[in-house]
Amino acid sequence: MERVLVILPHPDDEVFGLSGTLAQLIDQGAIVTYACLTLGEMGRNMGFPPFASRVTLPQIRRGELEESCAAIGIQDLRMLGFHDKTIEFEDKVFLDEHIHALIEEVKPDVIFTFYPGYSVHPDHDATGEAVVRTVGRLPEADRPPVYCMAFSRDHEQAIGKPDISFDVRDYLKNKLAALRAHRSQFQAADIIGSKQHTDKEIRERFGTERFWTYKFETWK
Amino acid sequence: MMQPIHPAEVQRRLESLKDQDVYIHLEMTTGAYAAHHDASKHPAATFITNAVIQYSHSLISGNGPYRVGLKMLQGWIYSEGLTHYEENEPERLILAGHDQQGKLVVSLQLSREPF
Ligand SMILES: [Zn+2]
Repeated sequence: MERVLVILPHPDDEVFGLSGTLAQLIDQGAIVTYACLTLGEMGRNMGFPPFASRVTLPQIRRGELEESCAAIGIQDLRMLGFHDKTIEFEDKVFLDEHIHALIEEVKPDVIFTFYPGYSVHPDHDATGEAVVRTVGRLPEADRPPVYCMAFSRDHEQAIGKPDISFDVRDYLKNKLAALRAHRSQFQAADIIGSKQHTDKEIRERFGTERFWTYKFETWK
Repeated sequence: MMQPIHPAEVQRRLESLKDQDVYIHLEMTTGAYAAHHDASKHPAATFITNAVIQYSHSLISGNGPYRVGLKMLQGWIYSEGLTHYEENEPERLILAGHDQQGKLVVSLQLSREPF
């Protein structure tokens, strides 16, 4: 996997499910392009106590995203300028054109995104859908594998067990630094635990990242 | 930096923006993850951004969280649950209501320029 394309709608979507995997692939020589569709400008978290406002949040989150990408080692970050919460309503031709152009340019060996329908936030589902729609339109031989994250309730009943998993225990430093970068969104101390969690617990909780390879024969 | 609401200061800014075309951002949200974290919750959100309005009368009321009412020529704008304002934005009015976890629940913003 030399060329990796990540397509997600919000700054911070990369943290929990993917950052360790990306850090590992980059360590092994991959070049990662991360296309983040929005700036998460409609997010509800503004720091605690709140330090951001609706007006300042987009710029704050842009900075947090850049810091997170630096922690992971991502070489190529693109912010596509879509508006948070609107991906499902966006003109599909317009959206797909953007994604198609990225695929043409990057020529990825693999694409990471959200599993359409099983990723809770409407922007997540709509982003995954757009990726799958666009890749599905390519001739079969040209389709890069699409590795999807899923976390909705009962998603395994519908889509089964993940078929890809990465042991990222050696890259937890990057992952925790990415988590801490998004300081308006996460109270890292609450998530990681101030001191209560042992290293072992953290490794178990954050040490594996799992994906579903999208099956295009089920797509129509 | 967002600060706890200072009602007199907010009232001053409301007055300074009345009787003219202003852009409004008005929003209320429970968050897209409400039902994911607790199935009994009903996720709801609504916003309107950069609509142009004009009001002739305005008031911030309550003891905190605060309410704001704006009287327009043909109707009203109402917002409840406001807790914070942006003090370093003298030209605009940035109001928000945050819950006990600091998450935004409601926001009301007025500006002479689009957001
Ligand atoms: Zn997200």
